[in-house]
Amino acid sequence: MASQEIEALASALARLPGLGPRSARRAVLWLIKRRESALPQLLAALDTVRQNLVECRTCGNVDTTDPCGICADPRRDARALCVVEDVADLWALDRARLFTGRYHVLGGRLSALEGVRPEDLTIARLLERVQAGGIDEVVLAMNATLEGQTTAHYIAERLEDLPVRVTQLAHGLPVGGELDYMDEGTLAQALRARRPV
Amino acid sequence: MPLTRLTLRDFRNHAATRLDGLAMFNVLVGENGAGKTNVLEALSLLAPGRGLRRAQPAEMAARHGDGSFAVAVEMEHGEVVLGTHTQPAAPGRRLVRINGALGPAARLAEWLSLTWLTPAMDRLFAESAGNRRRFLDRLVLARLPGHAQTSARYENALRERNRLLADDREPDPAWLEALESQLAETGAAIAAARADLVADLGAVLETLPEQPFARPSLAYASDTPIDAEALRAALRQGRRRDRAAGRTLTGPHRDDLAVRLAAKDAPAADCSTGEQKAMLIAIVLAHAQLTAGPRPRLLLLDEIAAHLDPLRRAALYERLAASGAQVWMTGTEPAPFAEIAGEAALWHVHDGVVTR
Ligand SMILES: [Zn+2]
Repeated sequence: MASQEIEALASALARLPGLGPRSARRAVLWLIKRRESALPQLLAALDTVRQNLVECRTCGNVDTTDPCGICADPRRDARALCVVEDVADLWALDRARLFTGRYHVLGGRLSALEGVRPEDLTIARLLERVQAGGIDEVVLAMNATLEGQTTAHYIAERLEDLPVRVTQLAHGLPVGGELDYMDEGTLAQALRARRPV
Repeated sequence: MPLTRLTLRDFRNHAATRLDGLAMFNVLVGENGAGKTNVLEALSLLAPGRGLRRAQPAEMAARHGDGSFAVAVEMEHGEVVLGTHTQPAAPGRRLVRINGALGPAARLAEWLSLTWLTPAMDRLFAESAGNRRRFLDRLVLARLPGHAQTSARYENALRERNRLLADDREPDPAWLEALESQLAETGAAIAAARADLVADLGAVLETLPEQPFARPSLAYASDTPIDAEALRAALRQGRRRDRAAGRTLTGPHRDDLAVRLAAKDAPAADCSTGEQKAMLIAIVLAHAQLTAGPRPRLLLLDEIAAHLDPLRRAALYERLAASGAQVWMTGTEPAPFAEIAGEAALWHVHDGVVTR
């Protein structure tokens, strides 16, 4: 039977995404063995995060400043706005450095069954940002799941009367994919999204 | 040979069963409760869905095991391995492994096409339309692997829309619009795929004689527009009605497979039990002929042969042999399988143990 302290740490770690009780206990043991070397580093890193990280009130990104580095960057194209479900999606897109505009994090996706309604997401704030002017294009970068696509449709609908161009990430063949291996759904999407060459 | 090996671990009453040297005809013989149908059920899990008993994964684990089970088949002499299993910590969650990698169950349909007939389906024509839709969808899936994903997406969108409609608050029209556009896209594709299959099956059945298997005529009974835009408009128009009902009343989830006995032009549900069974066999045989293609096909026929007279039985074996499908049959006696004894692999099943 582990001590109360160890159990408390293990149960706190177990709540991390992708961890679970078994991995958490293993992580605790690993940390205890490295009390002197690894633990101080981890504590310092955690404390920095706790003290310095804030949510950007403009886009919803997490950074050390508000507005965040992306929103404050004058080299970014203020006329293009990319809407994503979660901060992790923003990071994934920005890692690729392909999009030069700014972002808007919704904080989830619409789901009637899970009780996530439009007012639970930052859709009203997105509309305000667009209404304030200066944005020419809104890129909807939702997941290709049913909930993601429902959210994209919904936002497109809400933006309909505003003077912006609304675009969406293309769905279809993955890079390096072979036609022979695609399911009909993917092929149908790819056919619908075909374009002149 | 489609499948060359089947292994079961802690699956129902099979602690460790391994079948090697499979043939095009595989016959499982044993008393009731010996575990013959369990072997067919295990095979049926290698298609998307819940298998031929529609059981929960936790029910399939052996009572004396660790709460988990595993089923695996080898194709092309071990070149391709399909498997499904549960883990002791999560007995309710069935995982699918294809060539060693975990993946979605829908992918199974890309490797194997599976159809089955069981005694539980004897009343299919008289039962609720839901069972006939499932039967029809399984037939569609056998030639269109993506049908599983389309159906899952449709069901998901349907549950979302029904939840919105049943809400106390007035549903957000833009949200309904977003869901309906996806329902329309997937729903129209489902209706079109089913209608196509029914038409093609009908064409094959047309060419068959009235005997020895009572010939059915099929129709896809549907009000669903096959055009996505039309379905979308129908859903939009039906909002008030659906809100009052608390659920969606338009779409392929309301459709049916209508079957009539061609010779008498009578609804299948009004025909004798023997005629109904013969029509089911005729449909499955026509389907086997229709789906001949690159993917290996499996036909699971539970307790079928014993109930046919020798003439029909001979015709059944002849058509099965011509279909190119690997056939799995069960029976309490070996006698009805005497005619195919030369080409069949015969297995004796006793108390969850299978011997050649
Ligand atoms: Zn920001």
